[in-house]
Amino acid sequence: MKLWRKPFDYAEKATTSGQVFIDEERCKGCGYCVEFCPREVLKMSTELSPKGYNLAVVQDESKCLACGFCEVICPEFAIRISTTNEK
Amino acid sequence: MIDAMNVEEPSIEKYLRQDRLPHIWCSGCGIGPVAGCFLRAIDREEIDPDRIAVVSGIGCTGRVAGYVKLDSFHTTHGRAIPFATGLILANPELNVVVFSGDGDLVAIGGNHLIHAARRNIDMTVICVNNFNYGMTGGQVGPTAPLEARTTTTPYGNFEFPFNLPYLVSASGASYVARWTVLHIRQLEKAIAEAMTKPGFSFIEVIAPCPVVYGRMNKEPKGLDSMYYYQEKSVIRNGADPKDADLELNGPIVVGKFVDVQRPTLWDHLREVSSRAQEKAKARAKV
Repeated sequence: MKLWRKPFDYAEKATTSGQVFIDEERCKGCGYCVEFCPREVLKMSTELSPKGYNLAVVQDESKCLACGFCEVICPEFAIRISTTNEK
Repeated sequence: MIDAMNVEEPSIEKYLRQDRLPHIWCSGCGIGPVAGCFLRAIDREEIDPDRIAVVSGIGCTGRVAGYVKLDSFHTTHGRAIPFATGLILANPELNVVVFSGDGDLVAIGGNHLIHAARRNIDMTVICVNNFNYGMTGGQVGPTAPLEARTTTTPYGNFEFPFNLPYLVSASGASYVARWTVLHIRQLEKAIAEAMTKPGFSFIEVIAPCPVVYGRMNKEPKGLDSMYYYQEKSVIRNGADPKDADLELNGPIVVGKFVDVQRPTLWDHLREVSSRAQEKAKARAKV
């Protein structure tokens, strides 16, 4: 993680990282999660799903901080995040 | 180094009827996030799910009652609030949530809405406002802003719309708030506050309807509506709801407008009935 100024307790505090799971059966490709992700973890896929939607897929999971915004904004209840505490 | 790994089920999954999903709402519909916020608010306030009743009317938003694994009822058109009133009076311990759209709550059920606010019945009303009748094909609704194009007003709407927070606060509600779907964290907090607050709580949620309303008003995708909310919404907590009028492509005033304490219908009812019983006892002694 690139920091503009290092906090004093950076070495002691644990930062979270997340793993994003997207339910492909539920996703309808509205693009809310992709657009409003602050770390650009997700992107839209170029190929169509069997139902004819461009699905959201994970682009770079290492950037994810598990803020959970994609999980709450998803209209289809399709995104799940697992949080990992790293030191 | 990985310290601990906690892979949890998302908190709302246990409240959803998973066999019914994926739901019927269109891609980009705003009802899904609002339903998710409501389910998350239950865990946030640690309310016993067995003590919650969800009542919905007809329309796209009325579908919420069918997707939640709580006690729920899908009433006839516009009669969600009367049904909820009956539930409250039969069991005042219940936490009743009315989940409905603007066409159901304000158009056909408008009378019930203002009278529930007047009597200050202890319920939470979540009104998902998408400015038109989405399920029947996008006809003009009572909240459609002036000049908005819908399938029945192809040259622009010529009727003045309702200002819902003003209507409800003037009728006497104890909690009135308005948020958009993009203000998802504030919305979750507002729903949690409204559910624990005694008295009539009303939350208006501005939601995108890309397929029927947005298509005719230059917001053909849900994301276009979201950009509009991002650019034009102004958070003004405690603002006078009179100034919270909505215009087409105009600013959206959001925030918590009213938060007051008033005795509820049940408080008054109990007081009057206990007084009547005392009188009857006194008369029996004589």
